[in-house]
Amino acid sequence: MGKIVTDVVCPFCGTLCDDLEVKLSDDGKEILEVYNACAIGATKFLHSQASDRLLRPRMQQDDGTWKEVSYDEAVEYTARILADAKKPLMYGWSSTSCEAQEVGAGIGEMVGAVMDNTATVCHGPSLIALQDVGMPSCTLGEIKNRADRVLFWGCNPVHAHPRHMSRYSIFPRGFFTGKGSKSRKVIVVDPRCTDSSKMADVHLQIQQGHDYELLDALRVAFKGKELPDVVAGIPKEKIYEAAETLKSGRFSVIFFGMGVTHSLGKNHNIDEAIAVTRDLNDYTKAAIMPMRGHYNVTGSGQVWGWQFGFPFCLDLSRGFARYNPGETSSNDLLRRDEVDAVFVLGSDPGAHFPISSVKKIAKLPSVCIDPHITPTSAVCKLHVPVAFVGIEVGGCAYRMDNVPIETRKVIDPPEGVLTDEEFLSRVSDRVKELKGV
Amino acid sequence: MESGKEKPAYTEACGIIELDPEDIKKLGVWRNTNVRVTSEFGSVIVKAIEATQGPHPGLGWIPMGPWANQIICPKTYSTGMPTFKGTPVTVEVANDEQVLGSIELVTLACRSE
Repeated sequence: MGKIVTDVVCPFCGTLCDDLEVKLSDDGKEILEVYNACAIGATKFLHSQASDRLLRPRMQQDDGTWKEVSYDEAVEYTARILADAKKPLMYGWSSTSCEAQEVGAGIGEMVGAVMDNTATVCHGPSLIALQDVGMPSCTLGEIKNRADRVLFWGCNPVHAHPRHMSRYSIFPRGFFTGKGSKSRKVIVVDPRCTDSSKMADVHLQIQQGHDYELLDALRVAFKGKELPDVVAGIPKEKIYEAAETLKSGRFSVIFFGMGVTHSLGKNHNIDEAIAVTRDLNDYTKAAIMPMRGHYNVTGSGQVWGWQFGFPFCLDLSRGFARYNPGETSSNDLLRRDEVDAVFVLGSDPGAHFPISSVKKIAKLPSVCIDPHITPTSAVCKLHVPVAFVGIEVGGCAYRMDNVPIETRKVIDPPEGVLTDEEFLSRVSDRVKELKGV
Repeated sequence: MESGKEKPAYTEACGIIELDPEDIKKLGVWRNTNVRVTSEFGSVIVKAIEATQGPHPGLGWIPMGPWANQIICPKTYSTGMPTFKGTPVTVEVANDEQVLGSIELVTLACRSE
């Protein structure tokens, strides 16, 4: 018959769905099925059960082969490379709990590390823009209940946040949006006809890299001023129409993604998107929200925010917190050879950093803490498998709208496998001994 | 992505370039042939497939992953963010070459230094 665990929180994307149901075997040791989750979320739960999962740490030998080591040896190696380094990079932190992030930041403070999270290749520019001009935002609950104009800019939620639309942004019937998708107008801005744009009422197929111009044109159109015939590949009539659609709503919301932060302009694109939101508030209620990727990247920004005052690119090497993206950001540090050890937890820079940065990681003393085998674990000297947060251990995570949600433990981790927090606590204790703190 | 990056499914999902049907015609290849994509910053072999979310003539799309990261612009312009999108590339037919798996691709690139 099996046992059903309800109200499980999905540890995949920033939507952090909290209505999953997981069917376990009779002895409660195996996940059989996952209900309500999207395909990616369900795969994550089921992949934790893979028969070829790595269960013990392993060190890479000089010839490229791997040798199994104990957790004690892994703790010793990790503590030593961090304690011996002048300026280690501690990167990742997005696929783990806030509790583990807190312990990790403690280690970073002791060893004088540069701490960076995946925002650096994701919504880093959004954070810079937020600090520059502020951000009028709201929660996803407000959007579900109130938003009747939804604009997706440079994001493709159908593939990246599959349940975002059904839970919050397009389809749900909220308190003031009783007709569900019929009560909402959806606009998508994307250089491709994506599966999200196919669901929209209006698709503005923008010329790649011209987001700033189109955002600026929207502001001109709000004020009813004259526009050139074509802006960023979009005829002016369509821009006036989109501006009118946004203005005429009772509550407009802008979601934006990697299309804006990865393209040239970066934080300035977001500045302008925020300015559009601010202008819209002259006519109606409007809010803007970044589509955060990893399920707890928002949390790592929150944790470092309350500990040090900065959400990413955090340099603790001088004994106090400094923040200067471009100088203290992972890719810039790696490219300029400014770090002498690399520690990665809950992220995959091997796959997601430019190859020039990955080559630098491969040359340095390095450790990768991740339940999966990834391009990062393949180039690091030590790979430490850990329990899956949100599946095998609980912990706090922050949704993309900065709402904290406590994830649930569904099953026990395989015997002898440590959690992120346990491993980090042991590393922390050893670093204290080595540093005499 | 969540079913194991060392598995072939990841290569099939991300070791590709989506090209507009018009551009595939111009290149003179069949769909699903291997191509070499080269930018100022590097070069990579991926499989050319027809745009699933098109049309977008003139625009090639490689999903975020180690294949795309061989050729994107690593400059951050003092924001910490490499320029992952909008890198000018040339695409040429490379029938005889193989698309490498993610682990192989990254380890080979790192060892070649």
